[in-house]
Amino acid sequence: MKNAACLELRGVTKHFGGLYANDNIDFIVQEGEIVSIIGPNGAGKSTLFDCITGFYPANAGQVFFFGKEITRLRADAICKMGIARTFQVVQVISDMTVLENVTTGALLRFVEVGRAKGKAEEVLAFTGLLSKKDFLGTELTIADKKRLEVSMALATQPKLLMLDESMAGLTPVELQAMMGLIKSIRASGITLVVVEHVMQAVMEISDRVIVLSSGKKIMEGPPKDVVTNKEVIEAYLGKKYHAVTQ
Amino acid sequence: MRKLTVKQIAYGVMAMVCLICFPLAVSSTLVLHIMILFFMFAMLGVAWNIMGGYAGMFSFGQVAFFGIGAYTSSFLLMAYHVNPWIGLVAGGVAAALVGVGIGYPCSNLRGHYFAIATIAFGEIVRTHFNNWKLVGAAEGLSLPMLDEGLGNFMFHSSKVPYYYIILAFLLLSLTVSYLVSTSKTGYYFRAIKESHDVAKVLGINVVRYRLLAVMISAFLTAMAGTFYAQYVLYIDPESVMLLAVSVQIVLISMLGGAGSVMGPVIGAGILIPVSELTRIWLGYRGTGIDMLIYGFLITLISVYQPKGVWGLFSRLGSRG
Repeated sequence: MKNAACLELRGVTKHFGGLYANDNIDFIVQEGEIVSIIGPNGAGKSTLFDCITGFYPANAGQVFFFGKEITRLRADAICKMGIARTFQVVQVISDMTVLENVTTGALLRFVEVGRAKGKAEEVLAFTGLLSKKDFLGTELTIADKKRLEVSMALATQPKLLMLDESMAGLTPVELQAMMGLIKSIRASGITLVVVEHVMQAVMEISDRVIVLSSGKKIMEGPPKDVVTNKEVIEAYLGKKYHAVTQ
Repeated sequence: MRKLTVKQIAYGVMAMVCLICFPLAVSSTLVLHIMILFFMFAMLGVAWNIMGGYAGMFSFGQVAFFGIGAYTSSFLLMAYHVNPWIGLVAGGVAAALVGVGIGYPCSNLRGHYFAIATIAFGEIVRTHFNNWKLVGAAEGLSLPMLDEGLGNFMFHSSKVPYYYIILAFLLLSLTVSYLVSTSKTGYYFRAIKESHDVAKVLGINVVRYRLLAVMISAFLTAMAGTFYAQYVLYIDPESVMLLAVSVQIVLISMLGGAGSVMGPVIGAGILIPVSELTRIWLGYRGTGIDMLIYGFLITLISVYQPKGVWGLFSRLGSRG
């Protein structure tokens, strides 16, 4: 299955009663890409993440990961296959140190705690948190917490990493650092799908952008095309932003 | 959970030597009885802690496992003359299986909801045994007298052998607890305690690990149940399946420090003597005094030291 796309969605639909959070979504992510999913609040971005990663099973449609169908698999089985994710609201294990948090992630591929710790230190060195490895998860700043969550996800050794708003609420300096980290994650051979509101970051890091609005995919393309697309601007960016980019 | 330091091992060995020599120095039956209860409740606390402290599954139904252990070995002994040591293992297995049976449908219950389900479970088991003719219903079971000896798990002339047996059981439980806490399983339990979402996203099979926690806890709890039956030689649902005992197990662990290996031992070391002595000295005034002292201690701990007495120790330790 060498030619299969990293991630493929076919007609993924998720509704809660009469509310369609995701309506017939199709898209393909090739290996090595960074694809951003954008859209106004309530567009269904996080729900789509949940459908892909097995937190909510889709009501209809299929999800393929390197050609294998994962639509009905449990979240932990999907993680084991190589899809890691973060949450919009940062989730770390509060009574564990940074190193222990990341070790827990690394234990997916190791039985011995000692070897998982070694892997965790490697990951922390990569994400730049090694100097804070003995801090408790709760003692970190929001930027470091997001970095820790990314480290935990990386420790599970994914092929595809899905980040849900990892850059929201960061200062400009922290934002630059996070973008640098995302680029180096891609350079290490991991495909990324990110949900993001920070347009500056979306423009800079994405190969392609997928726009959701009210549960539907309304546009897909390179970042430059997306921000000049009239439909997108009306649905999401607003006319003011249009004026700025012109 | 960190590996043991040389200092901790040294303290542990010293404590063990003291506890092994203790019956040689003290011959009072009352004191021995209190020590035996202390070890037994410490063991129950350690077993609870693996579920409640590590994996965050607050069980208020531990007596069901305790009772199943006591009843399995006692019934097998009475009806089929099965050696109590084999009954002990059978009881452990039975409790673990029942634990899986009740744990599986409760897989998605967390926090208070899980606690409520376990209370219901304990009460259902008690009511059932109260009406189950085969095992004596409300009259309970009186164990037959066997010849004294370790092989028969029965001693009539002295409490000292029971002291050593339950001490060994406690040590076994502590070893299991320590091994769990330092292993992959221990890390996974702590992730599950934090949140099922975090655990799933790290690739943890939440249901499987929760059931594992229940099985380990149920097995050890049932072992203590068999011990109790062999020690008292009479069991009935109102003595081995009382909700109050489940609550006491939780209190012991919380007071000592849930989530730490030694916490429940400290909790039992404080609460059991207090409970037994107040019952003996003040019991005739009404049964409430010991519970009042309990309540006062728990309030103090939860207000000033939510991590329990062990939390206080380790804080002072890291300061010095």
